[in-house]
Amino acid sequence: MASFWEYANPLKFMRTTERIFPFVTWAAVVCFLGGLIWGFFFTPDDYRQGSTVKIFYIHVPSAMMAINIWVMMLVTSLVWIVRRHHVSALAARAAAPVGAVMTLVALFTGAIWGQPMWGTWWAWDPRLTSFLILFLFYLGYMALWAAIDDDDTAADLTSVLCLVGSVFALLSRYAVNFWNQGLHQAASLSLDKEENVADVFWYPALVCIAGFVLLFVALVIIRTNTEIRARRMRALLARERQA
Amino acid sequence: MIALLTRDLRLAMRAGGGFGLGLSFFLIVVVLVPFGVGPETALLSKIAPGVLWVAALLACLLSLDRIFALDFEDGSLDLLATSPLPLEGVAAVKALAHWLTTGLPLVLAAPVLGLLMSLPASGFGPIVLSLLFGTPALSVIGAFGAALTVGIKRGGLLLSLLVLPLYMPTLIFGAEVARRGAEGQDYMTPLLMLAGISAATLALLPFASATVLRVNLR
Amino acid sequence: MIAMELRVDNLTVARGGLPVLEGVSFALTAGRALVLRGPNGCGKTTLLRTIAGLQPAPVGEISLDREAMAYGAHADGLKATLTVEENLTFWAQAFGTDQVEAAIASFNLDELRTRTAGTLSAGQKRRLGLARLMVTGRPVWILDEPTVSLDAWSVKLFADVVREHLKAGGMALLATHIDLGLEEADELELEPFKAVSSLGDSFDEAFL
Repeated sequence: MASFWEYANPLKFMRTTERIFPFVTWAAVVCFLGGLIWGFFFTPDDYRQGSTVKIFYIHVPSAMMAINIWVMMLVTSLVWIVRRHHVSALAARAAAPVGAVMTLVALFTGAIWGQPMWGTWWAWDPRLTSFLILFLFYLGYMALWAAIDDDDTAADLTSVLCLVGSVFALLSRYAVNFWNQGLHQAASLSLDKEENVADVFWYPALVCIAGFVLLFVALVIIRTNTEIRARRMRALLARERQA
Repeated sequence: MIALLTRDLRLAMRAGGGFGLGLSFFLIVVVLVPFGVGPETALLSKIAPGVLWVAALLACLLSLDRIFALDFEDGSLDLLATSPLPLEGVAAVKALAHWLTTGLPLVLAAPVLGLLMSLPASGFGPIVLSLLFGTPALSVIGAFGAALTVGIKRGGLLLSLLVLPLYMPTLIFGAEVARRGAEGQDYMTPLLMLAGISAATLALLPFASATVLRVNLR
Repeated sequence: MIAMELRVDNLTVARGGLPVLEGVSFALTAGRALVLRGPNGCGKTTLLRTIAGLQPAPVGEISLDREAMAYGAHADGLKATLTVEENLTFWAQAFGTDQVEAAIASFNLDELRTRTAGTLSAGQKRRLGLARLMVTGRPVWILDEPTVSLDAWSVKLFADVVREHLKAGGMALLATHIDLGLEEADELELEPFKAVSSLGDSFDEAFL
């Protein structure tokens, strides 16, 4: 079996990912359709929340992705700092806008859900506030990428920002908890089975989560490949100017 | 190191951008608030701690881009990087100079502005304490942001976008100390958290600042 | 000053991830100056910054430690609101030397001592900038376009100053377009070192 790090080679990465890309995309479509249709039409309404609870099939997966994408960016940034694999840095760059959109989706679906449930679109609840802060971190990260011309410099600076930002994001989470005890319910899903929602909701939710993960993988593949090509184009142009 | 500190302080005093500007900005923001929310004493005294903190934070932000940008433009930073001074030390000293010229005056001016905002008598000690322990973190975090954006022309706006999310924990704990103090509650826990944040950023962030400075000088 | 030598061996320098010069080799001994020549954009600045240790070299060796070098671009690192003496004193302290008085004397800055740097003429500023190099106490001066915006008289003054430095056993590595009249200076044409191959190992192969 070839070493995992072989995929750090842009060509190898592009060749492999382009081969698996169609499968990932179709799997994402199937999971999405399956999970949402199952969730929307074939599960009972919640006895307290009625049919509004069904927004949960979008809200929960997008919220999970919003956090996990940042973690993925942190890992790829670390790989770039330690091993200097360009694909890693470009993958972090490719993931950021997806993460930002996921955060927005979580915030919007949360607002739509919150209106009938809590009677308000927005409250300065710790979870809501943390997500807003996370969104600001995504914005800053993307703005820094966009502002710097030199690719390697941009990769270095954003990686350090991602590292420092992660620490502060975590700190903000605790600070916000301290600042205001909220009205958001506890996490809907956890590995500890007893706290979980009932199985009827749980299985379609799992399918939806799989759909979101696959969608993310597909988007990152296509965006990373775009970044690699753009980078390659810039390198070729630079070389031409030099010659 | 001390030479660098005295030079930066001297520069701040002569250029007039240091002490005066941040402090005036602090004053103006605080004066604007009553015009925005109305002159009711009860309301003003309730929001006073938060307003003072947000205003102090913005005043701090105003002068951040000067920390490294001027030295970068005139080549001083190149020479500092090749000098025997470690770049981590340079970053720390520059943050300290920023605090002495911006943060410390804010701490000293806060009680006067507290009067304007009809801050309750019990709130004066906590607001000064919280700013005293919190503003060093603002300067150090700001120096990191300034180091990140030093190579970018007109990076001021980007700097704000990067630094403000990093300011949030400091703001939350700082304003909490001031608020609890004004309401006569115990404020020891947030104060300790605030001091912890300041101490940790002071110890660790200069290394990050030096790293990004080296990248930017390349 | 101890007799020393700056030897650059098979050096490759890169700008924006692409190599611009490769296989650069030369040696510079105490008391000598080397003038780098080449058209704009050929990599003179990149080479000087690499030698001064401000950016990493992908390939090659530089024999002398960075601690021996003082780097000066056309930006002077002078503060307009500080006086001549304060500017120099700061850099002397930063580099841990006490040559302020010597520098002021040898660059004829005595009358300007209490003037702020912002009020100096271009030629006076250049003198101060070079005095700044001198107070670093470092033997190797690395100068990037030191004569930009200087009139003929100031250029001559600059050349004299460099000559003094060389006589005292120093070295100078310069990138410049003008003839400085430094008869002891060697010249190095950078055109032949222009990079043709890619960096090879890290990413170039894959990106190109």
